[in-house]
Amino acid sequence: MTLPMESMYQQIILDHYKHPQHHGLPEDFDAEVHHVNPTCGDEVTLRVRIADGQIAELGWEGEGCSISQASTSVMSDLVAGKPIDDAMQLQEKFLGLMQSRGNSELTEADEDELEDAVAFEGVSKYPARVKCALLGWMAMKSAVAEAGWSGTDVKQTEKSGSQS
Amino acid sequence: MTLDVEAVRKDFPILSREVHGVPLVYLDSANTSQKPQVVLDTLTDFYAMHNANVARAVHTLGSEATNAFEDARDKVAAFINAANRDEVVFTKNSSEALNLIAYSISNATTFPGADQFRIGPGDEIVVTEMEHHSNIVPWQLLAQRTGATFRWLPIDDDGRLVDSSIDEIITERTKIVAFVHQSNALGTINPVSRIVARAKAVGALTVLDASQSAPHLPLDVQALDVDFVAFTGHKMYGPTGVGVLWGRYDLLAAMPPFLGGGEMIETVDMTGTTFAAPPHRFEAGTPMIAEAVGLGAAIDYLSALGMENVAAREHELVTYALEQLATIDGLTIIGPDVPVDRGATVAFTLAGIHPHDIAQLLDEQGIAVRAGHHCARPVCVRYGISATTRASFGIYTTTEEIDALVRGVTKVKEMFS
Ligand SMILES: Cc1ncc(COP(=O)(O)O)c(C=O)c1O
Repeated sequence: MTLPMESMYQQIILDHYKHPQHHGLPEDFDAEVHHVNPTCGDEVTLRVRIADGQIAELGWEGEGCSISQASTSVMSDLVAGKPIDDAMQLQEKFLGLMQSRGNSELTEADEDELEDAVAFEGVSKYPARVKCALLGWMAMKSAVAEAGWSGTDVKQTEKSGSQS
Repeated sequence: MTLDVEAVRKDFPILSREVHGVPLVYLDSANTSQKPQVVLDTLTDFYAMHNANVARAVHTLGSEATNAFEDARDKVAAFINAANRDEVVFTKNSSEALNLIAYSISNATTFPGADQFRIGPGDEIVVTEMEHHSNIVPWQLLAQRTGATFRWLPIDDDGRLVDSSIDEIITERTKIVAFVHQSNALGTINPVSRIVARAKAVGALTVLDASQSAPHLPLDVQALDVDFVAFTGHKMYGPTGVGVLWGRYDLLAAMPPFLGGGEMIETVDMTGTTFAAPPHRFEAGTPMIAEAVGLGAAIDYLSALGMENVAAREHELVTYALEQLATIDGLTIIGPDVPVDRGATVAFTLAGIHPHDIAQLLDEQGIAVRAGHHCARPVCVRYGISATTRASFGIYTTTEEIDALVRGVTKVKEMFS
């Protein structure tokens, strides 16, 4: 079908929704969190295992709108196996993109780092849907915190968006 | 006489705008309706030429404003066939009208002469499972304040009240039965006379939430035989910021005030105050003057179309919509799936696709629908779903727009397949 160029639903989003990455809950984990987005009733349960300052393993299950599920899938691809510091920086960057109200100014370097997550840029124009796109990222952040990681440059205390 | 939809559409300027480069298909009138030019002109003319406060200025503008405001009350009274214009109280919206009753009833606990409204432990307040939150929460709060018990009539799989529950749940203990005329979440039109007969038999007060019926059906408060009716201007082609509480005069006259302030008093003394007669007792402070006048214009507009014609036209629309939507595989209507005792509001789910995705993708095709629980979350809980997509029609809706909806939903399905 033809959709406006600025469609929120980029093909990448639909692909991740249909074929979610890191789907399924690992047996071996340090922390499990359950986050809910009351706007759409989206839910995600996410488990992480951390080792040597890295997200050694990450898996999730969830249900809800395509934006929430695809974003969680994209996030998983980006952070699994990465140093936690990098994951937190990406999380901050994605949060900034989502809070830009359609006026993001991503540099090429940002785009390289965010990879598939750039596809969610259009979501930032729709305040009602921003929480959907952030659900998995917020869950990842609080799971890592619960697993006992004490960050270097990201505040541990603010669990922004969790369970909100 | 039938409704000339093309002529009606020309009266609504917003219907000629585009969204995402395509003509707007507005199927969200149950949320709020669009406004005809005559309502916009009335608002502008009021502020441009007649603006003054009501009931307190002796000058010409004050008289004009007061007359315009009180004319609007007459129009509302005639529109709903009230026996007496003083039974029409202007409120901010339906929610405020319903809260007004609930708070007046709890104020009755300590108000001299208001014994008939007193409720407390052992008494019961009954609503239905299909209410809008505006007709649930004020009663839950009243139950909390007074110690009364909050109960409800359940709904069945087809989106209708369980008939046998009417006699079971409404009992001698019931003091108030508050229920929706037409459900915003399901489209169901409830059996008012059946419920009112039972409520009267047990001596309970009846409150009808007509937010979704006033714009779509002829309303006759005397024939409905209820005690109170609430509705809201913005859903009936009028402005936001104005709604109506209608109540039987003898009840309003005995009811304690809700808000205190200017205009609602008879005389104020530092040692005590006496209150104005209805409707002014319930209209503290400067009212929504321009909005009420605008609502009067909307009522004139609807009356010129004829509410019988509006109801007949919308019945055709919902009959067509139910037929057409039934051709989409995987689509389930939430609510009555036959055009019997139901209004032109159709909620549905689509297997495997979240309502917010459907609504967003329809918007990208210029089609405005609502997705969510429609402020009637217990309905979603009842059917074990998180949300529905809802298309709701009005006097300007065309069958071509329903075709566009069907095409749009089919496209969404293709994208997700
Ligand atoms: C059935 C019903 N009752 C009450 C309301 C509340 O109307 P308002 O928000 O104008 O107070 C609505 C509107 O959403 C409704 O559909």
